[in-house]
Amino acid sequence: MLTIPVLRWGKPYESLEHDEVKHFLTGEPIARLGQANGGILQRDMRFAKRARDVLRDIPHDELLARIAKAADLYLNGTLPMGDGVQSPDDFAKQQSASTGLPVHMAKANMAKNHYVLTNMSTMLDALTRGLSPAILSRGYGVESRGVTVSYQCQSPVVGLVLPSNSPGVHTLWLPVIPLQVGLVLKPGSSEPWTPYRITAAFFEAGIPREAISIYPGGHDVGPAVLSSCDRSMIFGGTATIEKYKGNPKVQAHGPGFSKILLGDDIVDDWPKYLDVMVQSVYANSGRGCINTSGIWASRHTKEIAAAIAEKIGPVEALPPDDPNAGLAAFTTPGAAQAIWKLIESKFKESGVKHMTEQYGPRLIEKERCAYLRPTVVHCANSACGIAKDEYMFPFTTVVECPQDQMLEQIGQTLIATAITNDERWIGQLTDAVHIDRLNVGPIPTIKLDWLQPHEGNIVEFLFRNRAYQTTPERLAKVK
Amino acid sequence: MSQSASAVSPEVQAKAKAARERLDAHTYETVQWHFHPTTGCQFWLEYAKNELKFDPLKEIKTYDDLKKFPEFQDEWLRGGPIRRWVPQKLMDKPLYVFETGGTTGVPKSRVSHDDWRTDYSNFSETLPDDKFPRGANWLMLGPSGPRRLRLAVEHLAQVRGGICFCVDLDPRWVIKLIKKGWMEHLEEYKKHCIDQALTILGANHNVQCMFTTPKLLESLCQALEKQGKTLKDVGIKGIFSGGTEFTPQWTRFVTEEYLDGVFMTPTYGNTLMGLACSKPVTAADGYKISYYAPQPRACTEVVEFNDYNTTVGYGQTGRVKLTTLTKELFVPGFMERDEGEREMPFDKYPWDGVSGVRPFHELAEATTVGVY
Repeated sequence: MLTIPVLRWGKPYESLEHDEVKHFLTGEPIARLGQANGGILQRDMRFAKRARDVLRDIPHDELLARIAKAADLYLNGTLPMGDGVQSPDDFAKQQSASTGLPVHMAKANMAKNHYVLTNMSTMLDALTRGLSPAILSRGYGVESRGVTVSYQCQSPVVGLVLPSNSPGVHTLWLPVIPLQVGLVLKPGSSEPWTPYRITAAFFEAGIPREAISIYPGGHDVGPAVLSSCDRSMIFGGTATIEKYKGNPKVQAHGPGFSKILLGDDIVDDWPKYLDVMVQSVYANSGRGCINTSGIWASRHTKEIAAAIAEKIGPVEALPPDDPNAGLAAFTTPGAAQAIWKLIESKFKESGVKHMTEQYGPRLIEKERCAYLRPTVVHCANSACGIAKDEYMFPFTTVVECPQDQMLEQIGQTLIATAITNDERWIGQLTDAVHIDRLNVGPIPTIKLDWLQPHEGNIVEFLFRNRAYQTTPERLAKVK
Repeated sequence: MSQSASAVSPEVQAKAKAARERLDAHTYETVQWHFHPTTGCQFWLEYAKNELKFDPLKEIKTYDDLKKFPEFQDEWLRGGPIRRWVPQKLMDKPLYVFETGGTTGVPKSRVSHDDWRTDYSNFSETLPDDKFPRGANWLMLGPSGPRRLRLAVEHLAQVRGGICFCVDLDPRWVIKLIKKGWMEHLEEYKKHCIDQALTILGANHNVQCMFTTPKLLESLCQALEKQGKTLKDVGIKGIFSGGTEFTPQWTRFVTEEYLDGVFMTPTYGNTLMGLACSKPVTAADGYKISYYAPQPRACTEVVEFNDYNTTVGYGQTGRVKLTTLTKELFVPGFMERDEGEREMPFDKYPWDGVSGVRPFHELAEATTVGVY
């Protein structure tokens, strides 16, 4: 069994306390994870500035070359992991074993992280709109069009309070080191694997150890991250999002309530878009905030719901190492049962129909975990209580709603795929501030364009564009 | 790992036997006092008459006999009239009421005449004079208001010949801030308390000893570090502290990184018990923290989770059960919101202790710990 220590600016710290990371099926311990206390993290923040300094000492091209090397090591290398080593296969199996995610999905997430790391230069160019990296590094400079600009870094480190159940979220923080900002990571108790493996790859590729800290720990570590770092990301539920709303220091990520909206002009051809809908609901076991949880149309909703149910309703809970496994397990005792109880209670409402009922029970209870099989619910109108729900498994409602009321009714939506050619409606969708990412056309909600911001532009989160005036002589030196 | 009673030396075994006999005698005496019609308090006299199926005056002769009492309900401590808990012989004495909890609803309360002074006078005798110098002044940086601790620490300072400086701290407001998610306000309130402490420590008052909580100790050390100072630099020699977040890891962290040789002793206590002292904490012993109640005035047991009348084996885990046996208060078998491991008697405290104290796992989710 691996013993994985706390990392204090790259230095292993053997805590007196450990938490066991267990296999979700057998209960066997997979790793002993050292536990930090919040005070350690707070004290270490004395050296936060050093984290950025050591990264700024590396020329930007060189830094990106090391990131590309790290990408390869992350995907293919056997890397140090605590008191042992970890191959890519070990990683996928360990992540699957502790999170309930099928092994092939863990591997797909590896490929996704690898893609982001290897394309970092292009991505940063897109996110900064072509700004020279030297301007972000130095804090000021002259744009290619001859205008003086300044981007002031708002924090030498970014704190991350990472989730246990969503190994897909890690792409969000991968650009931080390339932006020459340090990392303070609090991994989820069941998913230490990605933060530690990416960090190991970074170190092997020559990223300075002083740039990254990892603090697994208990209840006081998350708040310590948020109170100690001037910029942090946290992952949680709706309550977490509400708690940090309007706080410029915290970017809170939670449910997406992503949706597919079918326009009146195309809805009669809905079978053409069935695959897009199914893929958006079902991919990656429906765990992501980018998975569709609501499909809205003005007519044919019952047929659409029945067709999706026919496709995904029969999906069975398969063992995690089965290449056909499409469902992740709920590893927290009682979680799946509680979610299903809640969903079932909502079926009683008038206008709500459970469309996957004929494909057998949805709640599958195993000895140490449980699964929820894909669930499709038809809502006769948008007032149904369940219409805007989102759950961490393939779950969608199909809601009947007139097109001219949709924008008013859908609520906060991380990703909206609007399948329509109605330019007037597209204009209204484009202007809707409660939609974050807008896809116009039959684009699955799960398809990300890495060259565009996701849930806010990380460059804008970390850097403030402000005025900066100086003498022409000084500017000439940095042109 | 399970320990064996045979690991205790014959000397300690003899002391443990004597301590047990003292506990039995003290139990008998305390029950006689609280249940006698001329001395007992209204609550227990009525309870014996209306609820108990046995006569405590006749049937409680030893500590083990207390198992005959049904489980003590902490709800009984909420609400009044408060004088129902006062033994008749103490009715005309000056009385205090101390409260715990109370963020929402009616807090639990305990009425007291002199117990709090006795408990802390006794505790004073356990403190090393070189670390808590006689005549030195104290800083009380912990919960104030209707809590016993504020007065008790002041008394402790006084019995040791010092004067106690205090800072106001309302834990009920702190818990509300956490529940509301007002973390910025929480930070500001903490800073407000620490600023006052820094002012006192920097005002040439000869403060060498202090009580504080783990969270506030960390914050105070951080604030001093920002000024380029340590606790030692501002004259502190000894600290006593308490709380369930007082883990071996936390103790090691502050010892290695903040205390710079300043002595710190963990304690475990509450308004009902008084103060349990700690066996000396050392790096060699992995910073293990074991607490021993002030027997015979209070006694802790570590009991099975599914049978509160059965103690677990040494080294085994169970829930902490507390019995208070003073002339001012009789509480048989109060189930604490904590769990831990049963510890062996040793020379200084020849009775059972408890280590690894942490929130009781069945209640842990609902427990807000380390708030101040």
